[in-house]
Amino acid sequence: MARERTTATPYLLAMPGWIWLAAFFVVPIIGMLWMSLMTGNIVTGFQPTFNFGVYPQVIATYWEQILRSLAYGLCATLLCIAIGYPLAFWIAFHGGRNKATYLLLLLLPFFVSQILRTISWKFLLADNGVILGTLKSAGLLPDGAHVLSTSTAVVFGLAYTFLPFMVLPIYAVLERVDHRIVEAAHDLYASRIQAFVRVVLPLSLPGLFAGVLLVFVPSSADYVNASVLGGTHNTMIGNIIQSQYLVNNAYPVASAITFVLMAILLVGIFSYAKALGTEQVMEVQAK
Amino acid sequence: MSTTTRSGASRPAARAARGRRGVNWGKWFTWAVLGWLFLPIAGMIAFSFNDIAGRQNVTWQGFTLKWYGQAFAYSDLNDALINTLSIGVLTMLIAGGIGSLLGLALGRHRFRGQGVSNLVMFAAISAPEVVIGAALLSLFLTLNLTTGFVTILIAHVMFTVSFVAITVRARVMTLDSKLEEAARDLGADAWTTFRLVTFPMLLPAIMAGGLLAMALSVDDFIITTFVSGDTTTFPLWIWGSTRVGIPPQVNVMGTLIFAFGVLLALVNVLLARSSRRA
Repeated sequence: MARERTTATPYLLAMPGWIWLAAFFVVPIIGMLWMSLMTGNIVTGFQPTFNFGVYPQVIATYWEQILRSLAYGLCATLLCIAIGYPLAFWIAFHGGRNKATYLLLLLLPFFVSQILRTISWKFLLADNGVILGTLKSAGLLPDGAHVLSTSTAVVFGLAYTFLPFMVLPIYAVLERVDHRIVEAAHDLYASRIQAFVRVVLPLSLPGLFAGVLLVFVPSSADYVNASVLGGTHNTMIGNIIQSQYLVNNAYPVASAITFVLMAILLVGIFSYAKALGTEQVMEVQAK
Repeated sequence: MSTTTRSGASRPAARAARGRRGVNWGKWFTWAVLGWLFLPIAGMIAFSFNDIAGRQNVTWQGFTLKWYGQAFAYSDLNDALINTLSIGVLTMLIAGGIGSLLGLALGRHRFRGQGVSNLVMFAAISAPEVVIGAALLSLFLTLNLTTGFVTILIAHVMFTVSFVAITVRARVMTLDSKLEEAARDLGADAWTTFRLVTFPMLLPAIMAGGLLAMALSVDDFIITTFVSGDTTTFPLWIWGSTRVGIPPQVNVMGTLIFAFGVLLALVNVLLARSSRRA
């Protein structure tokens, strides 16, 4: 067992990892906060001026994109629950001998780069592409119908990208649910719905919570789907961060937006994890 | 095993559900979702056989195999692929190494700083990619470091190391400590015990963690865009060529990598089948 010894061993083991995480995660985040308080431009250089006014300024400028990102993230998460929960449930309870095969099929698309799959959707959903073109020539859709450059396309793209992150943690907990408990509920005259709502669902909540975290955070901060499928009217906060950093070189403003996004998400994550227990969420995440 | 008895118990229930409704909706639903997941991949594979003239691989022009013969026609695409694979392997080795040590320390020992360590790892895993990329770029800019191959590697090790640590830690915590005690009772010193008993038992988790790190590295786009400078990786090259048209060579490489994944999966399934029979 873990013996209480005051040796240097654990520190030596942990040190390389700690140094890496400290130098390239903790320090950069603090550095970003420092950067956001500077003023200047790429030509004359940036000076620290403790310009806290940048925060109200970026919130006033980009509140629309921030809200849109959170809304898209929320819709994608709900869509992932609606699709992912039944899927995980069916594989865990009715997958039988082929459970491993179903999981493998779920993960196989990951062998193709996410960028490539998103761009492939763009071709498939093009106004006169394989899907819409066929439906239009068959007279099933009006000629003006389009899917690309709509918020629906972005939300479906996000749900498509992050679905496995919802399915896997839910599956991990459902797989461990003892079927005898469900049978006991039936023996005690619970209907199928009652047995699900009062026995299976509560047992699966840790997985569901982990899934929500794993889908909501990356999807509300994503910009790939918005740029490829969303056109010009559905920009998310990720697009703004990307272009402010890499196109406009407006580092202080970009840092401030990033910090606002991170603050919103991290406060959300930590209050969420606190309410549920960090260890539990992390444990399910690791599965 | 307990899993077999459990699935055995569920089968009559599944049959009963099917009997009552006539149609196995669950199965249809599962296959429909899987179909949705594979649809863009089918599109990618189909268009790797498209007989087009220029670089605009958008509409179907007829079947050809010629792109497979000219798979390596774009030298900058080849360089990008080589960069991606080298960074992936190096990330696997570095993150696999230091992540395993961290996981071992966290799973085996109780020491000061464990709580902070868990918190930082949790934050590193949950932090959105734009935040990680932007923060690292801020750091590299402040230090006046030129971004490129090395900074991509630093970033990839950073965001994968926690995944390795968690995977290894989970395995360490379930290890049977009696085996190590037995080794010590038989006269093995601490290092010999680790080398001959603990390490072999941890190896599957270390490999799983390392492969996960490599998979995350190879596919990463958002963090890499921020810290790449003039260096190009496979996802970055695809992104960069969307405006001028993505040549069919990209589809060919995507198809080949996917085929490799399918092959790996098939071997895995067959091995699992034969070991179950044995």
